[in-house]
Amino acid sequence: MTETLDYLRESPLTWIVVTLLAYQGGVRLRERTGGHPLAQPVLVAAGAVVVLLLLVGVDYETYWAGGSIIHALLGPATVALAVPLHQQAHHLREMLRPILVALPVGALVSIGSGMLLVRWLGGSESLELTIAPKSATTPVAIAVVDSLGGVPSMVAVFTIVSGILGAVAGPPLLDRLGVTDRRTRGLAMGAVSHGIGTSRSLHDDLTEGAFAGLSMGLTAIATSLLAPFVVALL
Amino acid sequence: MITGALWVLGCQLVGEVVVRSLGIPVPGPVVGMVLLFGVLTVRRAGKGEDADGGPMAGTLRVAGGLLRHMQLLFVPVSVGIMVHAATIREAWLPIAGGLVGSWAAGLLTVVGLSALLLRRRRAVGEGSGELP
Repeated sequence: MTETLDYLRESPLTWIVVTLLAYQGGVRLRERTGGHPLAQPVLVAAGAVVVLLLLVGVDYETYWAGGSIIHALLGPATVALAVPLHQQAHHLREMLRPILVALPVGALVSIGSGMLLVRWLGGSESLELTIAPKSATTPVAIAVVDSLGGVPSMVAVFTIVSGILGAVAGPPLLDRLGVTDRRTRGLAMGAVSHGIGTSRSLHDDLTEGAFAGLSMGLTAIATSLLAPFVVALL
Repeated sequence: MITGALWVLGCQLVGEVVVRSLGIPVPGPVVGMVLLFGVLTVRRAGKGEDADGGPMAGTLRVAGGLLRHMQLLFVPVSVGIMVHAATIREAWLPIAGGLVGSWAAGLLTVVGLSALLLRRRRAVGEGSGELP
């Protein structure tokens, strides 16, 4: 019996199944609540998995043996964003200038304001460097923090929180601001909340999702190029 | 289906190789996204077929499946928050302030600039008699 329990705790398969179940629970909850902004599947599922891991006393590394298998699909999913983008390609010409101007400036503001706010609120210098690239998608943010000298494993947390913030608060805030243009909404979501914001946008509207995906990619590029420059300046 | 998976994974692989061999600080999958966009444009223009049954139908199916459940793919990394609970509790004010503040500042910047440039483009377009 203990042998079986040990297998269950150690096997990657258990944690893949648990992650899928938790996600499915999150999707059900979103449907049940009629798409309540707080009912984001990623938020619900991650919360449920954390609680379960703490309850049964399994550490993150053991969970990651299974989790990393799901995580590996993020790369192909990013490539797949080319499809909605291609379907919206006819919008691209008109949006060229907003894309080329708004996204780099947005990345600059995200990096600079993050660092300055942490400084003013009494955070350490290492925390400042760690928060700098948090608007970029997780793998890019980690690479940037690595070269800046922050804490790579912390920036993953910061990007996830930025993403969840976008999925939860992004669309209501954009509604409040009266932004109805789906393309502009997508650009904004991808610029501050990368993949998680993009998946919320995709769920709301295909055009919005496509522009969020494009914005996420370009923000990743802009952040990796601009972050060292802003850090040197501040 | 397999052909579709091959296009998606193949673009990612080429992207990863390009990024590493040229030493550009951009993730491989982002380069892969640009590559697949190019492939779709060329294939579609060449054959002139629609979304279903066209030469890229498998790719569209695979991509659709991945994107429909993209939030699932972020769950494992999000669970990692539990490892940093102590640090976050200690420096919660600068962390929360920095995250929420710069998130909002970035969003407002992109929305403001994008709306401004779109409006200007529209105004210029009407002035010179061309369609926006």
